[in-house]
This record gives sequence, structure tokens and C-alpha cells, in this order.
Amino acid sequence: MFRYLPLVLKNAWRNKRRTTLTVASIGISMCLLGVMIAMFHAFYLSNPSPEQALRLVTRNRVSFTVFIPLSYRDQIEHVPGVRAVTVANWFGGVYKDDRDPKNNFARFAIEPEKLFRIYGEFRMPEDQQKAFIRDRTGCIVGRDLANLFHFQVGDRLHIVGSVFPGDYEFTIRGIFDSPRNSEIMYFNTEYMEQSMPENRRGNVIMYYILIDDPSHAGRISNAIDALFANATNQTKTETAQAFGVAFLALLGNIKMFLIGISAAVMFTILLVSANTMAMSARERVREVGILKTLGFSPGSILGMILGEACAISIAGGAIGYLISTQLLRLVIKSPFGGYMPPMSVFQMPVALTCVFIAAAIGAMSSFVPAMGASRTTIVAALRSTD
Amino acid sequence: MSIPFAYNLRNLVVRKTTTIMTALGIALTVAVLLAILALVSGLRSTLSVSGDPLHVLVLRKGSDSELVSVFLRSQFQDLKFKSGIALGRDGQPLASMEVVTIMILEGADRSEGSNFTVRGLPPAGIEMRRNVHLVRGRWFQQGQREVVVGKAIADRFPQAQVGKKVRFGRGDWEIVGVFDASGGAQSSEVWGDLFQVSSDLQRVDAVSSGLVTATDPVTAKALVASLNDDQRLGVKAMLEKDYYDQQTSSAKPIESVGLIVAIIMAIGSSFAAMNTMYAAVARRAREVGTLRVLGFSKGSILISFLVESALLSGLGGLLGCMLAMPLNGITTAIGNNTFSETAFAFHVTPQIMLTGIIFAVALGSVGGLFPARMAARKQILTALREG
Repeated sequence: MFRYLPLVLKNAWRNKRRTTLTVASIGISMCLLGVMIAMFHAFYLSNPSPEQALRLVTRNRVSFTVFIPLSYRDQIEHVPGVRAVTVANWFGGVYKDDRDPKNNFARFAIEPEKLFRIYGEFRMPEDQQKAFIRDRTGCIVGRDLANLFHFQVGDRLHIVGSVFPGDYEFTIRGIFDSPRNSEIMYFNTEYMEQSMPENRRGNVIMYYILIDDPSHAGRISNAIDALFANATNQTKTETAQAFGVAFLALLGNIKMFLIGISAAVMFTILLVSANTMAMSARERVREVGILKTLGFSPGSILGMILGEACAISIAGGAIGYLISTQLLRLVIKSPFGGYMPPMSVFQMPVALTCVFIAAAIGAMSSFVPAMGASRTTIVAALRSTD
Repeated sequence: MSIPFAYNLRNLVVRKTTTIMTALGIALTVAVLLAILALVSGLRSTLSVSGDPLHVLVLRKGSDSELVSVFLRSQFQDLKFKSGIALGRDGQPLASMEVVTIMILEGADRSEGSNFTVRGLPPAGIEMRRNVHLVRGRWFQQGQREVVVGKAIADRFPQAQVGKKVRFGRGDWEIVGVFDASGGAQSSEVWGDLFQVSSDLQRVDAVSSGLVTATDPVTAKALVASLNDDQRLGVKAMLEKDYYDQQTSSAKPIESVGLIVAIIMAIGSSFAAMNTMYAAVARRAREVGTLRVLGFSKGSILISFLVESALLSGLGGLLGCMLAMPLNGITTAIGNNTFSETAFAFHVTPQIMLTGIIFAVALGSVGGLFPARMAARKQILTALREG
């Protein structure tokens, strides 16, 4: 089979313009497919990063728009395997003008002394961490957010509360680096708590929990939820990764969306490739006759045409995959990327899937013309005038 | 003189395999675009019938949604007696004080369950909503732990039927009826008695929002302005219509991702169309030469091939519309600004289909441009000698 490889490649490159256009067309469709596969992989199949695997999120069972009491924290802390717990309140609020989407960055009220323990991957100078813990009205911002607004340590931020009412004036005490999109701001939950009227204190949206071992995640989640099974506010505890997926699912049926578009793209590639192979096979009927006269078996002719189609679609698939890694880089850096599980741009399983799909599509698309060519009789083939 | 149209048509028919495959490729691209447009249009139309132009919604200052808003009973007393509010059947102002929360229903299609908005409202609140009517059972009674569910919920969840119980807050609630909001977003809500729901949530004095009916649209606008200016009341008022219109933004992520996908697919398809047209030009080189000998100009050859390409992609556009048609009327749901679901149906409107066909023709014309130019530029003698 590989004996014919030079011939196959030569045939593939015979009509340069057609091959280029086909490869370009497949490549462009394939880059979409690459992004879809990478996202699907990240959402539903990938293992979380070591830091992420150690984090759980507890929220109200009904919805994270319904509060759970602050008193739960101490109880959660005593569950075996729990290393640290922090309140994590999605704050909302309005910065400057909320009609500009840029101003709607994520803001969380947390406990400063615990944040860096639970988010081991965050990097911030020691003195900034200390300053953040010391100043009750302090806040820290992610590098991406700081770059977006040109924030510097010592700057002041004015935010008007919405879910949690009040006027808040923060001082930036530090800028942290994160491997993920970090258009995010953290501040001391104590500041918020003290600013609220008496009857609205003690409300928590989520707890972030650090556990001792990823393999205990299931047991610890169940143990926490069992604590409050008979309380008015029942909880739901899940891994940070599962929480992220559930959050995104609120936007719509992500799985359906990914699968639907991927199917449409794959079918398009199949058609493009089949069209090219049909055109190229039609031009070469007489040539096939000559090959047969020379003693090439129907099987090897079948293999040559299939191989040609595979070569073209694999080239398209490879180019498409390379473009998709660049697209993925943009997706990860977009605000949307903050909700996604952390994922690296290059992943072996994704790359292999793309190439495999390309090869399979190539083989399928050329099967009909290849069968036709291998079955024609020498006389009929040589007589063809097309 | 231009080359007859039938010439292009016949050429497409002769090479039917290639024509169909190229057209189907374009059709899939168009179908993806149409699906996205139909989704957004369906959501828009649901939200646009949800807001009554006479209704003024009152939230706490700084709140964007009813769920995070807090509205005090004392504020309601002031609101109720503002001028410009229509009177109800009982002679009282048409004003409703409402409490909003979230409940969870274990879903048929989603294991972790779906969230729905629960609304506690007084009888005036039902009277005010002119688009809402009961389709089964009866309305809830005041002082009872009873609810009515929206039709969009009852249709999708077997456990949300009259006679069954749903669970939220501190316990079970009996379903006594199903209501329909004539395609509005309220069909995805669960309604119960204001006092029962608010006391269950321990929010008797601090509910979520106020809603009033103005006597006419002009008064409604004036009412919004006067409420927003009222420093003592300290509320944020808006037309209910505007409130729902703002929620179309929840489809923004899907819309923009979908459009990017459709455009990338269109680039791929236009390359495929280019391929097909180059092959057509190559196979018909002698014909092109003959046409030139007969006296057709370079321009008419260029136009003829462009027309053929547009025809090919227009066919793809039509096929795409046919692929997207079955989507029409399919119900789906999307998360709204209170993180609960709003059900709506895909809307494949004629306008959307026209957009799809124009999109297809445009991408086909771009793909056909270079091959057509190549055909037009051929020297007569070399063209006749080719093939």
C-alpha cells in the first residue's frame, strides 16, 4: 500500500488549484470542529487541573440566587477532609455605567485570609496579600482586569451594590496572576456584611471549599449535603468543575449546541471532499483503464483513490486544527473563558480526534467514486472520452 | 447581448451530482445561520408579547431584575395612589405587589433540574395581565397553599399537572390550575397567593416588585418619569415592555457565537463553490470559445458564469430553508436574567428565510467571481483548442 504513496501524493497535487481550494475549505470547516471538540472535551471529558480538583462549591439546592445561612460555614469546616472554607458571594453591583459590558466584570466578596489557600494557583506578592488582609475595605484585582482598566495598586474603586445594597469604596491592595482569564475582583466579605442592615446580614450565596484529596470529593460533597438535608435551606455541593458546567448550562443547552454545529460542519466537509473526489475521479477514468492494463489490481486502485482523498482531507484537517488552536486561545482569553474549565490550547486527544475525523471523512467521501473506478472494465474505461 | 438564462440552468441540471453536493454544502451553512436567527427571533417575539405597554414595573434603585429587587410594603402604599393608575373592577387602583423566587423541577431532559420563577401576587395582579387566561383547573385561592403553573411548564413536565404537588420554599404546594400567557414569558412561571408565598419566604414586608397599570401609554411614560424622580420613594421604574426587551440580551452569547460559526462556515462553502465553478469553467472551455466566436462579449460570459454560481448557491439557500423549516415551532428554553428558564419556540419567519437565501447567493457570488473572470479572459483560440 505504502509503495504507491508517491503516486497517490502526486495525483492529489495534480490539479493544484482544486486541491488548494479543497484543503482550504476543509481546513476552515475543520478549525470550527477543532474548537467545538476542544470545548466538548474540556466540559465533559477532561480531568480538572490539580488545583481545581481540590475545590468544591456549596450553594443552595434550588438555585444560587437563593441564599444559605452564614452559620453553615462552621459546620462545613468540621466535615472530615475539609481543609478550608470561604464565603464566596457573587456581588453584582454597578461600576460606573453598567450599560458598557466592559464594566460588568465579576466581583466576589470572600475571606481574604483563605482565598490564596483555596486558590493555590493565584500568584501575588506577599506584602500585597498582607495589605489585603489588613485593610477591610481593600480589594484585589486580576491581572487581566488591571490591564483592561489600567488599575494600579492604591487606586480607588467605587461600586454601588444591587443584590447587596449600599455604596462601596474599595482600595486596590494587590494585583494577582492566574492561569485563567482574570477579569475579576475580590474583596473582603466583612466590609459588605458590616454595610448591610441588620436583617440582611448572614446571607451567603456560595462557599468555596478546599479538600484534602480529589478522590474524596464525592464523599465530602455527600457529607456536606447530608448535614443540611432536613434544614429549610438544603445545599448542593459539587466540584468546582461541575459547578462551572452547570453555570454555563443556564445559558442554554450547550451540549446540544456543540453537537448540532459539529454535525453540520462534519457533513459539510464530507460534501466538499466528496465533490472534489467525484470531479477528480471523473477526469481520470481513462487513466484508470491504463493502470489496469499495466496490471494494477482493482484493490490497489481502490486504495489509491481512497488514499488520495484521505491525504487531502488529512491535510485540511491538520491545517484546520492548527487554526483552531489559535481560535481557542481567543476563546480562552474572552470573558466567556472565565466560566470554562481551565484548558490548554494543545491537547493530544483533541488533535488525534481531529485528524481521525478528517481521515474518516476522506475515506467515506471517496468510497463511491473509488468503488466505481475499481469496478469498471478496462475496455469501458479506455473508451471513455470524458 | 446576454447569454440565455436557460443555458446556465441546463448546465446545472447536466452536472447534477456536483450541483447537488455543492448546493447541500451551502444549504448546511445556511441552515446553521437560520437556526440561530430563528432562535433569537423566537425569544424576541416571546419577550415582546410579555410586556404590556400600559404596565409600569417598579424595582429597587440599582436592581436589574425582580429577583434581586426589594420593594417595601410601605413603598407600595405610596405607589398605589399615584395619579395615572387605572382602576380595576372593584374600583381600587390596578396595582400589584409581587414577590419573586425560584423553584427547581427535576427535568426530563436535564438531570440537575431546571429553575423556574415563582411569583406571589394578589388578585389585582391577575386582573392586570390581560394576556393571561386559565386553560385548565381554577385560580389559586387566597390563603391557601395552592399554585397555578404556566402552560410552558405543564407541557414539558409531567409532574407539574393539576392535582399534583410541587415543592418550594418550606414545603409542598398543590397545583390547582394551568394558565397561558398567549406566548409570553409568564407561561414559564408558577403563580401563587402573595401572602402565602411571601410569608413562606419570610418576606411579608419586603417583597420583590410593584406593578401598576396606567390609563394609557402616554400616562405610562409620564408615570415612569415621575416615579424615577420621586426622591422620597427611591425606586427604579420602567415600562414592563422595556424590562422584557432588555432580556433579549440573554440570547446575545448564543447569537454572536452562532453568527461567527455561520460566517466561518460560509468562507469554507464559498471555497467549495469556487471549486465547483472552476471545474465548470474548465470543462466548458470549448463552449466558452464557441460562444465568443458567436459574438458574445467577455462581459456577458462573466455575467453568465456569475449567474450560474448565484443560481447554484441560491438553490443551496432554498435547501437550507427546507432544512431549517422543521425547527419552526419547536420549543426550547433559555436562561433569563433571574437564572431561571424562559421557554420559547423557534420562529422561522419568511424574513429570516430571505436573509438565508441572500446570504447564500452572496457567498456563492463571491465564490464564482474568480472562475467567471477566468472564463471571460480566455483567448478564443486557446479556448477552442482546450478540452
